[in-house]
Amino acid sequence: MRQHKTSTRREFLGFAGSAAALGAVPIVTLRPAEATPAMLAAAIRNVVGEAPVQTGKVKLEIPPLVENGNTVPMTVSVASPVTPDDYVRSIHVFNEKNPQPNIGNFYLGPRAGRAQVSTRIRLADSQKIVAIARLADGSFWSISADVVVTLAACTEEVI
Amino acid sequence: MVSALINVPKKAKRGEIIEIKTLMSHIMETGYRHTATGAIVPRDIITGFTCRYNGAEIFRADLFPAIAANPFITFFTVATESGKFDFEWIGDNGFSETASASIIVE
Repeated sequence: MRQHKTSTRREFLGFAGSAAALGAVPIVTLRPAEATPAMLAAAIRNVVGEAPVQTGKVKLEIPPLVENGNTVPMTVSVASPVTPDDYVRSIHVFNEKNPQPNIGNFYLGPRAGRAQVSTRIRLADSQKIVAIARLADGSFWSISADVVVTLAACTEEVI
Repeated sequence: MVSALINVPKKAKRGEIIEIKTLMSHIMETGYRHTATGAIVPRDIITGFTCRYNGAEIFRADLFPAIAANPFITFFTVATESGKFDFEWIGDNGFSETASASIIVE
């Protein structure tokens, strides 16, 4: 089901156009290395340190199938009370296969009212998204979601 | 040209949880794209966003190239008192924009 890396329609058309203009030319694509699961793990370690990350409490709303990876709506919420003593300190979102593993860090606090944040993100490939929340007591909670992307973002050519 | 769109309720009851929606127009060039000739298009993104409520920070975000163009961020806060929200975006190449919105809390 997975498309070959160099076969997006836009790139194909771009190359077809330039090949037509220049005659037959060898096609060479230079692509930045994609983030690997190891980079994802390293980015998460950067945030959580040695603390254990438990699964649960966090809810990640993202469409399971997106046509255009350039703008994917995403909402992260945490099932946690928001009181002066018990609140969500921050929410961190990571990806597995974009060129860079980070998506965003969101710092909330006791005045947030509701531990929820929404934004729009880019996805360069079908991949796993991980959201991690840090609560006031220092514990980390996570959730992940798989997204299938048909048109990739980030690395396409500028035409 | 208005580069920022802010949506904050004009009025709220004290203690009410309100939603704040923000949108800043920006290309958010990732730095990972290249032109047909192979040259890398340099990175140009917003890296930070802050919201203050009567001077106190209530929300902050670090943004990365994986945030879509024209960053749209929504979050919540508790309406505690009448006053002003100040928003600030900073980014590559000295990008800096501010916006504000006022609220009446009854």
